Amino acid sequence: MYIVKRLLTMLVTIWVIASLTFLIMKIIPGDPFASDADVLPEEVLENVRAKYNLDEPIPVQYLMYMRDLATFDLGISIQSETRDVNGIIADGAPASALLGTQALVIALVFGLLLGIIAALNHNKFLDYLSMFIAIIGISIPSFILAPLLIKYFAVDWGLLPVASWGTWEHSILPSFALAATPLAVIARFMRSSMLEVMNQNYIKTADAKGLPVTKLVISHGIRNAILPVVSFIGPLFVFLITGTFVIEKIFAIPGIGRYFVDSIFNRDYPVIMGTTIFFSSILVVTLFLIDLSYRFIDPRIKLTSGGE
Amino acid sequence: MVSKKVEDALFRPLSPEKRGQDPIQRPSLSAWKETVINVLKNKMAILGLTLLLLTIFFAIAGPTMVPFTPSEQNLVATNLAPSAEHWFGTDDLGRDVWSRTWYGARVSLTIGLVAAAIDVILGVTIGGISGYMAGRGKLGDRIDSFLMRIVEILYGIPYLLVVILLMVIMEPGVVSIIIALSVTGWVGMARIIRGQVLQLKSQEYVLAAQKLGTSHPKIIWRHLIPNTAGIIIVNLTFTIPQAIFAESFLSFLGLGVQAPFASWGTMANDSLGVILSGQWWRLFFPGFMISLTMFAFNAFGDGLQDALDPRANK
Repeated sequence: MYIVKRLLTMLVTIWVIASLTFLIMKIIPGDPFASDADVLPEEVLENVRAKYNLDEPIPVQYLMYMRDLATFDLGISIQSETRDVNGIIADGAPASALLGTQALVIALVFGLLLGIIAALNHNKFLDYLSMFIAIIGISIPSFILAPLLIKYFAVDWGLLPVASWGTWEHSILPSFALAATPLAVIARFMRSSMLEVMNQNYIKTADAKGLPVTKLVISHGIRNAILPVVSFIGPLFVFLITGTFVIEKIFAIPGIGRYFVDSIFNRDYPVIMGTTIFFSSILVVTLFLIDLSYRFIDPRIKLTSGGE
Repeated sequence: MVSKKVEDALFRPLSPEKRGQDPIQRPSLSAWKETVINVLKNKMAILGLTLLLLTIFFAIAGPTMVPFTPSEQNLVATNLAPSAEHWFGTDDLGRDVWSRTWYGARVSLTIGLVAAAIDVILGVTIGGISGYMAGRGKLGDRIDSFLMRIVEILYGIPYLLVVILLMVIMEPGVVSIIIALSVTGWVGMARIIRGQVLQLKSQEYVLAAQKLGTSHPKIIWRHLIPNTAGIIIVNLTFTIPQAIFAESFLSFLGLGVQAPFASWGTMANDSLGVILSGQWWRLFFPGFMISLTMFAFNAFGDGLQDALDPRANK
């Protein structure tokens, strides 16, 4: 019952997002064919507009778009007429997915490690060092960190390629640039959560009963402390998606984020809408999966559709 | 009428020798005084506050310290390294980086403060109404669930995605950025305030006030707002750097502040091509200032959070 209700809410959310995006696209001043208007005769322009249904009244355009959307057809790009939006997303997806997944893994693994180390060495040198790294990671935006990484690791020391995409080496610098801020946020989350858990009575009991420290930390400490971090994975996803806009631009990576930014400057309505709907759907599905995962991590939580 | 059953004769003053058995250990302090003392004791908070005040000072006075305006071009003095004349060097159009950096500080701080203020006003109002109305009859529940549906949908869309889409419709500029940031920025605050109000509403002292017939506005004003003020302020210190980050992110993509005006984000974007040729100052100064400002707000916010957390008191 809960899952059915959630799935319906997800569909409504995606529909609202699609409708809002459609509305916004129609308010945008400027015609995608403005630059062709001087070159092409009026008849040709009319034909081109007809091809993209731009000659129909807006409510009709909306219905046609929704009909196509229901069959997962996101339309044809205006900028490069031979390509459809589905194809553009499919082309960009592998690069963006690899970049995002690597950044996610880096952020989670190093963030959790840093947080746990800090908490277990509370108010000692390692704690201060970890939190110093974390606060630097939070303070430096990815678009400042990325050029610095390029300058040192690629240009000055020649360890990794400067930009572009192809081999796995190309993905290392962008993944780290993208992961830095979420890594720092996770480290801080994990530290405070871990500190709170390690002060609980059941930890003291287990410790007094003589449980080995590794078992104490792993099966009692981390298992309980990780829950607040799981709730951060939703915002983390958002952060990674929007982060790819700048990272893919800086490193010249052919991913969806770059197509999205390019499409905005080109007024390529179908691509803007398609990518927006795509990003939002990913996010909505992720949030749903996170809610479901709570149940496995913490059996005390029951899934209900109501508030608190 | 309840008669006065308990007679004064049953009570006697405490005998002199028993007085002072439970002396109060610490001087009595009001909640706000205690907070201020705790903040002043927190080194990170003081460091953050000092850096913020310095940044504000230079944002106001910085551009007037040098004889160059931020958008003044000088094509015979392009790409100069920092020197006695140009303290932070010049860019490829001969514009003074010192003056542009502090002008950018004005833009960033203004956007951060105004956008965060709007977020707080909207978030507290909507979250407060929603939380207070929940469980108050059919109408109250309807208002609550209606507001929360809006929040839920807005929460499901990536914040910067909405801002980018809105920036596409509006003329680029400071006012547009503030509007775009405010459209969805309040959602997080509304959720926090709603949760807080829901929790506070069922506290004994609020129930007592209700049973004694205190009016709704008075309960909100006397009990709910003072008890959420700490969370609002702490949240504010994290909302401001978020807005500053969003502005520089947009400007970096070319959707924010437009030439010839300077912003840290546009300056960082302009310097992307030249960092490889060794003109480090063009990326360093705006990049350093974004990072420093983010750091200052976060450090101050952390300190404030510790100071306002009753559990953190030793």
